[in-house]
Amino acid sequence: MLRKIRIVLAAVCFTLITLLFLDFTGTLHTWFGWLAKIQFFPAVMALNLAVVIALIVLTLVFGRVYCSVICPMGVFQDIVSWLSGRRKKKKARFTYSPAKSWLRYSVLALFVIAIIAGIGSLVALLDPYSAYGRMVQNLFSPLYRWGNNLLAFLAERAGSYAFYETEVWIRSIPTFIIAAATLIAIVILAWRNGRTYCNTICPVGTVLGFFSRFSLFKPVIDAEKCKECSLCTRKCKASCIDYKNHKIDYSRCVACMDCVDNCKHGALKYRFVGWKKRASGKNAVQAGANAADTKATDPKTSGPKDQSRRSFLTGAGVFLGATMLSAQEKKVDGGLAEIIGKKALHRQTPIVPPGAVSLKNLAQHCTGCQLCVSVCPNGVLRPSAGLMTLMQPESSYERGYCRPECVKCSEVCPTGAILKITPAEKSAISIGHAVWVRENCIPLTDGVACGNCARHCPTGAIVMVPCSEVCENEGHGKGHGGGQGNGKRKRQHGKAMVPAINEARCIGCGACENLCPARPFSAIHVEGRQVHTTI
Amino acid sequence: MKNGNDKTMMDRREFLKRLGAGTAAVSTAALAIGCGPRNKGDNPVQGEPPAGKMTYRTNPTTGDRVSLLGFGMMRLPSVGGRSAREGVEEIDQEMVNSMVDYALEHGVNYFDTSPAYCQGKSERATGIALKRHPRDKYFIATKLSNFAKSTWSREASIEMYRNSFKELQVDYIDYMLLHGIGMGGMKEFEQRYIDNGMLDFLLEERKAGRIRNLGFSYHGDVEVFDTMLARHDLYKWDFVQIQLNYLDWKYAKQINPRNTDAEYLYGELAKRGIPAVIMEPLLGGRLSNVPDNIVKMFKEREPEKSVASWAFRFAGTFPDILTVLSGMTRMEHLQDNLHTYCPLDPLDEEELALLQQAAAMMMEFDTIPCNDCKYCMPCPYGLDIPAILLHYNKCINEGNIPASRQDPNYRKARRAFLVGYDRSVPKLRQAAHCIGCNQCSPHCPQGIFIPKEMQRIDEYVEKLKQEIL
Repeated sequence: MLRKIRIVLAAVCFTLITLLFLDFTGTLHTWFGWLAKIQFFPAVMALNLAVVIALIVLTLVFGRVYCSVICPMGVFQDIVSWLSGRRKKKKARFTYSPAKSWLRYSVLALFVIAIIAGIGSLVALLDPYSAYGRMVQNLFSPLYRWGNNLLAFLAERAGSYAFYETEVWIRSIPTFIIAAATLIAIVILAWRNGRTYCNTICPVGTVLGFFSRFSLFKPVIDAEKCKECSLCTRKCKASCIDYKNHKIDYSRCVACMDCVDNCKHGALKYRFVGWKKRASGKNAVQAGANAADTKATDPKTSGPKDQSRRSFLTGAGVFLGATMLSAQEKKVDGGLAEIIGKKALHRQTPIVPPGAVSLKNLAQHCTGCQLCVSVCPNGVLRPSAGLMTLMQPESSYERGYCRPECVKCSEVCPTGAILKITPAEKSAISIGHAVWVRENCIPLTDGVACGNCARHCPTGAIVMVPCSEVCENEGHGKGHGGGQGNGKRKRQHGKAMVPAINEARCIGCGACENLCPARPFSAIHVEGRQVHTTI
Repeated sequence: MKNGNDKTMMDRREFLKRLGAGTAAVSTAALAIGCGPRNKGDNPVQGEPPAGKMTYRTNPTTGDRVSLLGFGMMRLPSVGGRSAREGVEEIDQEMVNSMVDYALEHGVNYFDTSPAYCQGKSERATGIALKRHPRDKYFIATKLSNFAKSTWSREASIEMYRNSFKELQVDYIDYMLLHGIGMGGMKEFEQRYIDNGMLDFLLEERKAGRIRNLGFSYHGDVEVFDTMLARHDLYKWDFVQIQLNYLDWKYAKQINPRNTDAEYLYGELAKRGIPAVIMEPLLGGRLSNVPDNIVKMFKEREPEKSVASWAFRFAGTFPDILTVLSGMTRMEHLQDNLHTYCPLDPLDEEELALLQQAAAMMMEFDTIPCNDCKYCMPCPYGLDIPAILLHYNKCINEGNIPASRQDPNYRKARRAFLVGYDRSVPKLRQAAHCIGCNQCSPHCPQGIFIPKEMQRIDEYVEKLKQEIL
């Protein structure tokens, strides 16, 4: 019975969390966004005391039910393990193994050091929730979206607007590889030995395992009734039941209740045992202190100063190929000019979304779960490829820009790396500033009037000024080649209008960069700010 | 041209309104809008069109018996089933062949092409399809489409002219047109045809018999039209191609001050006994995809006839019209049009009044008079201008342009507009990318100031997206 309850709850949590990473419309997050926020490590990073304490108390009362129900990575392993059991026709295939405490605590120590040292990439690599998010975002989400696109294709033919097409692209090769490697490792471990990952590597498992030893409710073997049939041990995916000695390693037990529901002799009961050996009060105090400790270290850690190169942004544009046809004379009607995809440029300072407060804040809090990347509807967010910030989000504007009405990343972030903001607040948060690149600017190169950046600037930070003011002696470019049939063009010598940027008003949204007709590199681009400011 | 008493009908037709043009409107509109449901108004009439019932008109100068339905070769099908003008895909020659065969079998004998159509591939496809039939069974019309400055020289224009013969595989052309005069005003007309002696050259060619009929197609500046007719004694135009349909009849000028009502154009031609060839009878499909209340009006009267058939009957009702061009992309369009003209059932007074009413109702809608001719394309910055305009028009027709967030159907309309927009136009080709260089507008036969419309639509899209309507 307990087992069934556990399975139902786990299935619900798992499905919903997975859908959070798959749903690109943002509807589900309104209702179930909290499921990401009750994940242990993100809550620690968000300094979400209430959640952290609640989870520790939960563990102190019931054991590691968190690992069996709430943690999507844990449930994912259960599913793999269950499939393995069915395939192998051996549903009772585990054996008891002693705890590998040295490994567990070394990994935990490494993890804590990484947090303190601000090595966000290592932290992100080890956090189970984030690792799961990455797997879904990188590997499952494309399948989901292709399925959606198929429905959109059909809906289009049926004249329905129920589904719309979405773009599927690899946001970062390194992150994709890491996600794939994680998936392979997890599947192999779970296929063979159930919860190996949780009880050797997972830092959250180690921390909760520490508390679950003292939990009030535990599965207990009644030595009187036990016939030493070994079924419980063979059923224990955590390999923590030593049936010969009638002992259970509660630091590894994830309270899945498989043993309890399977014991044929009624020798295993999940029951109240109380705190016999240790003073209960102390544990609670200790728990709080521990949590506080972790938190206290956060602000001290210094963000990575190095602006590691963000190369690697792949996802080639939809349209590749020839150069713009701007100078080509129109002779026949119809046809579409080819459009070169925009290329990601190297930004001296990376851009992070509004709500992130600063590069430092993001680096310190982000666990690289990809939830923000999953929900970004504008193709702006992608995982960083920088060594210290690997897998943490950053913005770039080749595919879209940070639209004024959208604050989705800030709504879903469970770790406090991107704090919640409203669209009104967003309109005044400057995350970067635009830089004009004269060599690419169309009025100078093609000799046509443009001003698309100024027209789309949401804050009016761009004004068009006659070129002579800005680039005296520059000439007006090579624009003569653009001769087009009708002589209706407005170009006048020396009067090309080019953008001038008022940095004080620029919020770095990237509308100008994204909508700039110059390709593959825009004539105006955004440089990030180390610390966001308010205009 | 035919019966004198038809001419008295002129007065009664005071109502018809605006646009129209030529071809295949039906399908292309739907396609450009992105394969939504095919036009509702476009259901072909059931059954095989009757053979041997085609209505013919006689050319007064040569005595040609020309079918009232002319086949416009501007919107030929591509292998992907769309109009070949969409770009990437090749013309579906097999389909062209079978449509041409079918058309000939049912009495169509006028085929209108141009070196510019289908990105320059229309003439060859037309030639291939027609070559399979005896040369005396059909009339070929093509044009001297020297729009580009580089083709204004005498040599380049003559080369283009000669190339048409090669592509069409013929040694004479039945109907030759100066293409689209009026768009650049008198100045451009003179540069294209007078200064380089091309008009004289073509007159010589007519004398030599390589051109059987010489005429021009006209859009835009009415001064050019009037001048050409004033010199009729000099040039002896055999025919003139104009845009005529029930929307443009009385409203062309109201829609765009640069244009001229079809009523005037037709009247001037009829006065001089010059036969008119009609383009844009459907306004690029806009008259086959009309607002729902107008569909209802038509269907109440003729439940079995397509919406498009009304526009064709309108054009066919005028007696001095030689042929009505339709750019047909799909066999269904051809069949539907054949039903309409085999034989023509002229509109009576009451029906003409009905169309006048429909035109007046359409004028209430703020649609943009784009008929998807794609002369503006390719946009050097990659926009798909006609697709954007057609999407906007479609949303107007379907009532999906909410005026404010208080509108009762705001959410539904917003979704239909935005989702449909992404479907019809790839993101990189949407109005937001219009830089306003205005290289397109001079090419627009309808005189649309395209950058202004692009920016207007873009602003509207922004309001919808940001929900600040």
